[in-house]
Amino acid sequence: MSGTGRKGKILVIGGGISGISAAVEAGEAGQEVVLVERNPYVGGRVAQMHQYFPKLCPPSCGLEINLRRFKTSPRIRCLTLSEIQSISGKPGSYRAVIRRNPRFVNDKCTACGACADACPVERPDPYNFGMSSTKAAYLPCAMAYPMQFAIDGTVCTGAECGECVSACAYGAIELDMKPETIEVEVQAVIWATGWDPFDAGKIEGLGYGVHQNVITNMMMERLAAVDGPTGGRIQRPSDQKGIESIAFVQCAGSRDENYLKHCSGVCCLASLKQARYVREQYPDAEVYIFYIDLRTPGRLEDFLVATQEDAKFTLVKGKVAKITEDATGDLEVVAEDVLSGGQLRKKVDLVVLATGLAPANGRAVQIDGDLQTDEHGFFTIEQPMGGMFAVGCAKRPTDVATSVRDATGVVAKALHFCGE
Amino acid sequence: METKVAVYICRGCDIGDSLDIEALNEVAREKGAAICREHECLCGDDGCEMIRQDVQDGANALVVAACTPRFKTDTFTFDGCRTERVNLREHVVWSHDPNDEDTQALADDYLRMGLARAHKALIPEPFDEEIDKTILVVGGGVTGIAAALDSAAAGYDVVVVEKEQQLGGWSGKFARTFPHKPPYREPEPIPIQERIALVESNDRIEVHTGATIERIAGQPGQFDVTLKANGSSSEFRVGAIVQATGWKPYDASRLGHLGYGESPNVVTNVELEEMIATGTIKRPGDGKPPRRIAFIQCAGSRDENHLPYCSSVCCRVTIKQALMAREFDPTAEAYVLYKDMRTPGQYEDFYRRAQEDSGIFFTKAEVTGIVPSGDGLRIEAENTLLGDRISLEADLVVLATGMVPNSADGEAIRRYNDAKAIVAKGEAGAQLEAAKQTVEELGHVEGSAILNLDYRQGPDLPVLKYEFPDSHFICFPYETRRTGIYMAGCVRAPNDSQVSQEDGSGAALKVIQSLELASRGEAVHPRWGDTSFPDFFLQRCTQCKRCTEECPFGTLNEDVKGTPQPNLTRCRRCGICMGACPERIISFKDYSVDIISSMIKAVEIPDEFEEKPRILGLLCENDAYPSLDTAGLKRLKHSAFIRFIPVRCLGSVNTVWIADALSRGFDGILLIGCMAGNDYQCHFIRGSELMDKRSENVQEKLKQLALEEERVQLFQMPITDYERLPQVINEFAEQIEEIGLNPFKGF
Repeated sequence: MSGTGRKGKILVIGGGISGISAAVEAGEAGQEVVLVERNPYVGGRVAQMHQYFPKLCPPSCGLEINLRRFKTSPRIRCLTLSEIQSISGKPGSYRAVIRRNPRFVNDKCTACGACADACPVERPDPYNFGMSSTKAAYLPCAMAYPMQFAIDGTVCTGAECGECVSACAYGAIELDMKPETIEVEVQAVIWATGWDPFDAGKIEGLGYGVHQNVITNMMMERLAAVDGPTGGRIQRPSDQKGIESIAFVQCAGSRDENYLKHCSGVCCLASLKQARYVREQYPDAEVYIFYIDLRTPGRLEDFLVATQEDAKFTLVKGKVAKITEDATGDLEVVAEDVLSGGQLRKKVDLVVLATGLAPANGRAVQIDGDLQTDEHGFFTIEQPMGGMFAVGCAKRPTDVATSVRDATGVVAKALHFCGE
Repeated sequence: METKVAVYICRGCDIGDSLDIEALNEVAREKGAAICREHECLCGDDGCEMIRQDVQDGANALVVAACTPRFKTDTFTFDGCRTERVNLREHVVWSHDPNDEDTQALADDYLRMGLARAHKALIPEPFDEEIDKTILVVGGGVTGIAAALDSAAAGYDVVVVEKEQQLGGWSGKFARTFPHKPPYREPEPIPIQERIALVESNDRIEVHTGATIERIAGQPGQFDVTLKANGSSSEFRVGAIVQATGWKPYDASRLGHLGYGESPNVVTNVELEEMIATGTIKRPGDGKPPRRIAFIQCAGSRDENHLPYCSSVCCRVTIKQALMAREFDPTAEAYVLYKDMRTPGQYEDFYRRAQEDSGIFFTKAEVTGIVPSGDGLRIEAENTLLGDRISLEADLVVLATGMVPNSADGEAIRRYNDAKAIVAKGEAGAQLEAAKQTVEELGHVEGSAILNLDYRQGPDLPVLKYEFPDSHFICFPYETRRTGIYMAGCVRAPNDSQVSQEDGSGAALKVIQSLELASRGEAVHPRWGDTSFPDFFLQRCTQCKRCTEECPFGTLNEDVKGTPQPNLTRCRRCGICMGACPERIISFKDYSVDIISSMIKAVEIPDEFEEKPRILGLLCENDAYPSLDTAGLKRLKHSAFIRFIPVRCLGSVNTVWIADALSRGFDGILLIGCMAGNDYQCHFIRGSELMDKRSENVQEKLKQLALEEERVQLFQMPITDYERLPQVINEFAEQIEEIGLNPFKGF
């Protein structure tokens, strides 16, 4: 017989799927956890996705279970709208200073929505990449956790408006809420800071930001999602037209010395998945995928095979050089076709750039000691300081299953620093 | 302890404005509430304080008629009490017309149902079993070593069982691995000997090499292991298991079309790896160093006739081997013929490093033949980057063969053993013929068992696809269908040594969790922390074996007569056994056939002259219930004629509830659960599918009663279908109205 209850605390930075998994797995192993998330809700990138590959199932299904584990675990403290300011100390004894930004809505909120009904201010919704808007008082998403409204302080006109304050029957609105500083003592730190979509506007020739009908893969997730800007209908941004033909441009910024040198690991599968979204809605639509190599490791190969069975689906090995748009909003994709040796031109309604994963760990945190990143900006596997661990896409661009697996493993490592 | 029921009705969030609260109070009093209070905002400090006072005064069965139980969960949790949440907000006032007779009737019924449950449900007391916290790691390769070291470091005793005479697995046989550290350009040594030394010197870890498992009996916390090691047997007890049995190379003798076996100079990547480990590369044919080496990627992988999946590592292995061949002989050349080069993430740097090497050539190609040519080989290929058809001479051909998991298909072995037993008995009949056929078809599983579990459902874990034994590979990758047994490394998915080690650590955490939860009498994923467990009233068991067959987790064994033998620490508390049992002898303290029947009976059925149908909705609490909540949050309306009861899993639905409902006068029954099938979303794997099968029997019964079969319908949905769910409910309600009222109403 061995093993007992645990002491100490683990700090998890980032509340995406890696951070959530690390927190619940540690909590269930009897460990205290503080989770810090910069958004007003947890779930990170997966909360914005319509479906997972290869099962084409909704991420909110798995999130719901994880959030139930959150709600019932007394050991997890979840701080949203929060950022790490500094971490000092040494392995087994770190002190983290956390800035908690004001939500302007307190825990009395019942999510009834009266504040949003009353609010006169509209703002572009970052959850939908600006393709729709919310009020300044908003619920971040339909299945948000915490299930609480928030007020966007950057657009709210404050107390002189005060419509939400009068509308709220529960005294939940605090327009004068100030940022707080929270200090925690922890034994180990897990960096689950995840990724940001690479800025597609930087890629030359592909016309993102210039041509309205060139969108990114993350925008496509929102277009397909039932809680997205179009209620799940995939359509062209310029004229709301349905899709007769669509091109996916793989390695948009990835595997490219000028942008992201690394392979982003998931974009091939993401595009195959999105091709399925389109084909489900449009039985006659033509889908073209321009790729360098198709990377569908392990059993995910099945997903490629199943997608290829669709006669409307064309794979072209070759890099896209240029995308132009005509007056009607139609696009022309110019690509090399390396197998035939020629150049290919294709007219399509919509282009999706399979934009890569850029590490999101560049935020200013003061740390005593070294945190090592590689040339790409990802945290290295081995960190020079003990008790510091990177997990998921903070360490390597990867899929959900691998991130969850990694998060679980990293918790086992972090436990070493917590003591029995 | 006596149950003292207290009802709290919240007036907030439109409830007070939409319903007649006094009428609800009346319902509560009628149905035996000792206390009944209302509040403007129950979740506020005031409201909670009011409840807390009553709890101090002895209230222990609280009925909170307010919002969904998914909201303010901890606010309404009080020590020593059960809280029954009646969802008046999302499921009533936010989804129905305010101040309407039918809406009020719905709220009244939900309160009656909540009270019925509050009266009957008990606070579960966790079981108290002696839990041994030793961890068994099966397999002593990189993965098993990682699992063992991390478990020991967390304070647990570990036993490692390795079938070979030394630890290390494949990593112990190979010289170098591809790079895991920046700048990710050169092959790295594998620090396996250091890791083995750490295992061997660790006081908490006991190692058995040359050992196989003869038998594992028992359950998590109490697994009794019989080990055979170097001719002798030993027995010991462990609490949980990591299976890290790794992989074997795909059988290259099946790759004759690629020249394997035809020419000695066609070798596999594993054979080349073994040569590299000796420090030189020689052609097996004549011992000469090869000058031109051709690597054939996906040899037997991504191939429907061999391994349909990708083994994930072979591209990187080939790059490593090509670089090492060039290191051994800088004048040697390497040609890599691939379908797609797969070097994800930072491994792109490693690929780039090889592309920069002027002696390594890469091309996409479809290899059409490999034939002897001079004292070497000629490779014919099509559709390459160098031309439509190319022909390439090589001294040595390396087949990048894939990984096959070292798993055993527990369900197939069980079917095989059962069939063998029937054949041995030799009784005549169709059953014998079928058994003979099964024995023939499954002959290959003879002797393949690894864990040798003494489980009714087979001696090893069920496999999902291509022999990989997991169950929820996206969100919960460690889940298997045997509690307390976790997979790690290449037996779970083809992976490199770095990822396998990380995987070993993850599995270590999962076994630690399972042990800690078992020691507190709590369930593991997905009903984490649940202290209820199934109670079997075996005096009334008829040995029908449905529970032992249908449990997705192999919880139940059988005695010789076929009576179920519960193993509580194997149980996940889904209630599928309860749904399966025709004698209704299985129940949980807070979830039973009787409790749900009481809720069904609590609904007031209007008489036939009112012409208002009543529909029972049995709703999976995992996906369908949250979905209906979200519909409420979006103020989407659904029929006020339906009464929903959440169930742990659709598989826990006992068909007696359907019979009860019909005989009570319900006009229709809608069962709503998760998606079944290959891409199932059921949290208990088979629950939705099992209910689908059971509803076939229900349809039979309906026919016997001369009732329309449309009266009972099953709907499967993903959690995001909250826009569609109200439509489905409404369409069902319309259909029922068209069919007309249940003729048994009033009898």
